[in-house]
Amino acid sequence: MFDIDHWREIFQSINKNKLRTILSGFTIAFAIMLFTILFGIGNGLRNTFQSQFAGDSMYSIYLWASKTTKPYKGLQSGRPIQLRNDDIDFIIDNYDSKLSGITPKIDKRLQAVYKGEQDTYQVTAVYPDVQKMEQAEIESGRFISLLDLQQRNKVVSIGRLVEQDLFGQLSALGKNITIDGISYKVIGTFSDPGGSNDERIIYAPFTTIQRLYGNTDELGSVTLSYNPNLNVNQAISFSNNLTKALKEKHGVAPSDQGAIRLFNMAEVNRDTSNFMLVLNLIILFIGIGTLIAGIIGISNIMVYIVRERTKELGIRKALGATPRSIISMIMMESILITAIAGYVGLLIGTGVLKSLGTSLEQYFITNPSVNTGVVIGATIILIIAGTIAGYLPAKRAARIKPIDALNDN
Amino acid sequence: MIEIKNLHKSYPIGKDKLHVLKGLNLSIKEGEFVSIMGSSGSGKSTLLNILGLLDEHDEGEYILNGQVIQKLNEKKAAILRNKFLGFVFQSFNLINYKTALENVSLPLYYSGVGRKERQKIAMEYLEKVELGAWANHLPSEMSGGQKQRVAIARALVTQPKVILADEPTGALDSATSSAVMQILKDINKEGMTILVITHEEDIAEQTKRIVRLKDGIIMSDELQLQNA
Repeated sequence: MFDIDHWREIFQSINKNKLRTILSGFTIAFAIMLFTILFGIGNGLRNTFQSQFAGDSMYSIYLWASKTTKPYKGLQSGRPIQLRNDDIDFIIDNYDSKLSGITPKIDKRLQAVYKGEQDTYQVTAVYPDVQKMEQAEIESGRFISLLDLQQRNKVVSIGRLVEQDLFGQLSALGKNITIDGISYKVIGTFSDPGGSNDERIIYAPFTTIQRLYGNTDELGSVTLSYNPNLNVNQAISFSNNLTKALKEKHGVAPSDQGAIRLFNMAEVNRDTSNFMLVLNLIILFIGIGTLIAGIIGISNIMVYIVRERTKELGIRKALGATPRSIISMIMMESILITAIAGYVGLLIGTGVLKSLGTSLEQYFITNPSVNTGVVIGATIILIIAGTIAGYLPAKRAARIKPIDALNDN
Repeated sequence: MIEIKNLHKSYPIGKDKLHVLKGLNLSIKEGEFVSIMGSSGSGKSTLLNILGLLDEHDEGEYILNGQVIQKLNEKKAAILRNKFLGFVFQSFNLINYKTALENVSLPLYYSGVGRKERQKIAMEYLEKVELGAWANHLPSEMSGGQKQRVAIARALVTQPKVILADEPTGALDSATSSAVMQILKDINKEGMTILVITHEEDIAEQTKRIVRLKDGIIMSDELQLQNA
């Protein structure tokens, strides 16, 4: 199959007809370049959108309490509702199968000190489940454990940036830091995909903080994550049931929107996935549109090329070229030019995307880039299109009687 | 070498048919130097195209080198053209982006001769038409006479059985015309069968046999004894 002479003929034809080569090459390179850039920018938009929601589990439900806004069963409106430890037990007892994790939280802003370095941080009292919910990665040591909860240990797991602030280059692991005048041992550090705010948090065992601050059974808020097997509608109906049950438990009017508040990520996810779908469709549309423009371009050029070469093909036929050799010559040329030009377009396109880099972040375009596979796929589609586009006129040219081709001027 | 019997050819023109060749009989033996004469419309070009396997006849018989030519597919015709026939055209029909040497070696490429061998043989034939020094020039850098000599070298390079020349001097002045005719006479002397189509009396007179065509019929077929 591989015939050096055959390729020499093709290379000569390409080389000696530069205008033609450049013309068709340019069309392909331009189409692939546009495809790459538009696709990359589309992906950039998507990246921005996704990053807005990164960092927390997609399955989280946030629950907190406030004052009643309606009188109910003889109780006045404006009555403060307090979530307590037994609410956690209540949720676990009634909805265990719908949960994959739960933690009560107490949030405080407290001053943390280590050897003269100090700053104010969010200190959050939690159950171990929070690590999974926040998708926090353990960088060193370990996270808060059930044993810490049982023994009310004075230990903390600190965010990566807290360690950086207070310890500089040193490791915080095993050191003691003073928070609000009380000494805690650092048992681990973590990073969080949610970004710098989430990495400036200090997590402490829930029971420890609850004992030290007030020694009551009160808690600030509850974060739970629903079972990922639930679909969006099931998750929303679960959180509706949960709100209803808690309202009843706390003597809140069913129509009171203020006292027991709940935020379900499932609702956001629904909106997000709808938006992503539209965005993906737009990107797809742009991609297909560019490809079609490229296909039409290469087709026109192939028709033109064959037309221009009719006489040459007639000469070749008179000298003994078989129809097959004519077709294969034209197609090989077309495939070679398309492949090389497609590659050049790909290089330019990705080059442009790279040079754009972070400069478009203010336009909601983050890390514009393309999957190499997608672009190679697009190039292959163009090659196939160029081949088909070249094949039809090449076949016609191969069929034309040599005498007609020779008379062509 | 060439046998035609009762050869007919017509072209459709709208609903009508233009009957171009009306039952030709012609026999050309090996080593002959024949000119086919006729004014335009006499059918001489059509005859040459059929003889050259560039076109198909409708009726009658055509035997080329002992082989009956009938309903050839494109591939077979291409192979026969490559093997048995060499063409010389009025407008030279060189490929403009190929050098003289590459043009001459092209038929050998289609008969599957290796590159080195091809170039060697092509060079021999270029030297035969005294254009060895022009091997690496493009057609655009050569005169009409030189181009036609390249075309003749290209026609000869596969050592065909017959050279078909269609108005080979039609685009040349009289001095270069006679030079080209001299080459044709020389290769005829070496035994090559040559068929020249022309409407110029003084060209035809240089060949050994003149066949006159008029309105698709052979009017006369005479040997030129003074050239024999």
